[in-house]
Amino acid sequence: MAGPAALTIHEAAAELAAKKISSVELTQAVFARIKAVEPRVHAYLHLTEETALAEAQASDRRRAADAPLGPLDGVPIAIKDNMCVRGVPATCASRILAGFVPPYDATVITRLRAAGAVLTGKTNLDEFAFGSSTENSAFGPTRNPWDLDRVPGGSSGGSAAAVAADEAIAALGSDTGGSIRQPAALCGLAGLKPTYGRVSRYGLIAFASSLDQIGPLTKDVEDCAILQEAIEGWDAADSTSVRLDGPPPTRAIQGDVQGLTLGIAKEWLTEGLDPEVRAAFDGARAALEKLGVKFREISLPLQDYALPVYYLVAPAEASSNLARFDGVRYGLREDGANIIEMYKKTRSAGFGPEPKRRIILGTYVLSAGYYDAYYLKALKARTRLREDYLNALKDCDALLSPATPTPAFRIGEKTDDPLQMYLSDIYTVSVNLVGLPGLVIPCGFSKANLPIGMQFIGRAFDDGGLLRLAARFQDATDWHRRRPSLG
Amino acid sequence: MALTRKEVEAIAHLARLSLTEAELEKYGAQLEAILGYVESLNKLPLEGVEPTTHVSPATDRTRTDNPAPGLTQAEVGAIAPEFRAGSVRVPRILEE
Repeated sequence: MAGPAALTIHEAAAELAAKKISSVELTQAVFARIKAVEPRVHAYLHLTEETALAEAQASDRRRAADAPLGPLDGVPIAIKDNMCVRGVPATCASRILAGFVPPYDATVITRLRAAGAVLTGKTNLDEFAFGSSTENSAFGPTRNPWDLDRVPGGSSGGSAAAVAADEAIAALGSDTGGSIRQPAALCGLAGLKPTYGRVSRYGLIAFASSLDQIGPLTKDVEDCAILQEAIEGWDAADSTSVRLDGPPPTRAIQGDVQGLTLGIAKEWLTEGLDPEVRAAFDGARAALEKLGVKFREISLPLQDYALPVYYLVAPAEASSNLARFDGVRYGLREDGANIIEMYKKTRSAGFGPEPKRRIILGTYVLSAGYYDAYYLKALKARTRLREDYLNALKDCDALLSPATPTPAFRIGEKTDDPLQMYLSDIYTVSVNLVGLPGLVIPCGFSKANLPIGMQFIGRAFDDGGLLRLAARFQDATDWHRRRPSLG
Repeated sequence: MALTRKEVEAIAHLARLSLTEAELEKYGAQLEAILGYVESLNKLPLEGVEPTTHVSPATDRTRTDNPAPGLTQAEVGAIAPEFRAGSVRVPRILEE
């Protein structure tokens, strides 16, 4: 039994406020749960129990003095291990960061601390967030709490599994092509990829800088709004972050959705879509229609090009970003007779197969003679893809798509075929390329009792509108209340 | 398109990776498969389309230059593989 660890953020906040539970008790319950299920799930790479309990005590003292900091005060949150937390090892699930203990906090961590959150530890991911299953971790795969033989999705699979298994009340992930939303779908959670620029990337170890965003992975949409509100906002340390006007997420989530129009692209509902996912999607559409939401068929002619564009743009940016891991200033160093040999030995020993594959691909498409043929073409196609989405969102308030083509696949099923693995992000990559917000929530279950997700896509900075649609859907349904039976 | 072993090796050198024979073969074949997959982009008419390098609405902006403490030399030195006398040490850069 998970006990208090099974609470949502808003439930925990209510119990803390009513003094039915203390933050220390809640934190102890979460760590007891971690001890009970972590050997089977492997969601975490590093636990910070000691500092978590100290943070919980500080939270209880604030509450005793009637000065709590808000709904996250005293609530245990897990952090994907590609964000820097001062004094806690950051690995990116790679051996190349061996020994790296960041001397500073990422901006999202500074913000969580200011909100009084308790940090439980660092969660597993595909190495450098390259992957869709968390099997690319140098420290072993994470397992899906709904079926331990299956993947939790990725790359934020550790964060998703931790929340689904009640090993954290909520978690932060990062999303470059679906890395929050795809694991949210496969683990039955709410996962928001905020509009690009909404959350500071300072202290997030960069994968593809024009696509990366940090966002929440939570048990329901209300939690998603609370956690998003805590981490978002302009930051002097990230020049791509934006000053937000508009209502904050916990306010934007309120209100009804009667009369809103959602677009569904005909290109999304093709043979590649699993029939069970299709059935759940159609059921969700009917539930939304009952709430007064109207649907319109749209066309996104460039949909089939999104994945090719992504697999040129993302590796190109990644190969540049990963040039910094050279054995000079931090992390692993393998000795060499001269500096080039040291670079090569360090990088060859430190990077696993998927980073090597993406670095080679990215270096190739950026190299002289191929830049115009591949990278530049991809950037132009990105422009047209973006126009498609912006046009569709002129006539529609938001779009609704499946989140993934299938429910969670088996561990080992796709590891030998990178292209097959890449296809599991077919519904999510466009959203990063065009810079819009995407929110995934559960909308059904397969016969094998695996969660199925759907994705709302919105106008730039209308993250709140997506949260409102999803919240009204959750008011009317109870898919989000189901929990895996891990005992 | 077919990639020669030599081409993969040259790319690996640019990326400062040394690959084993088995890796050269594996990554060469996978790179070819991925490049084959992205070939479909050639079907798109992209004449005159501006490239999109980023989607941030943020533009260049100035801020006041307020000096503030950064990381200390000790903090930075503590995470370096080899740090001595205030410097990060690396192997020989110039040949004699």
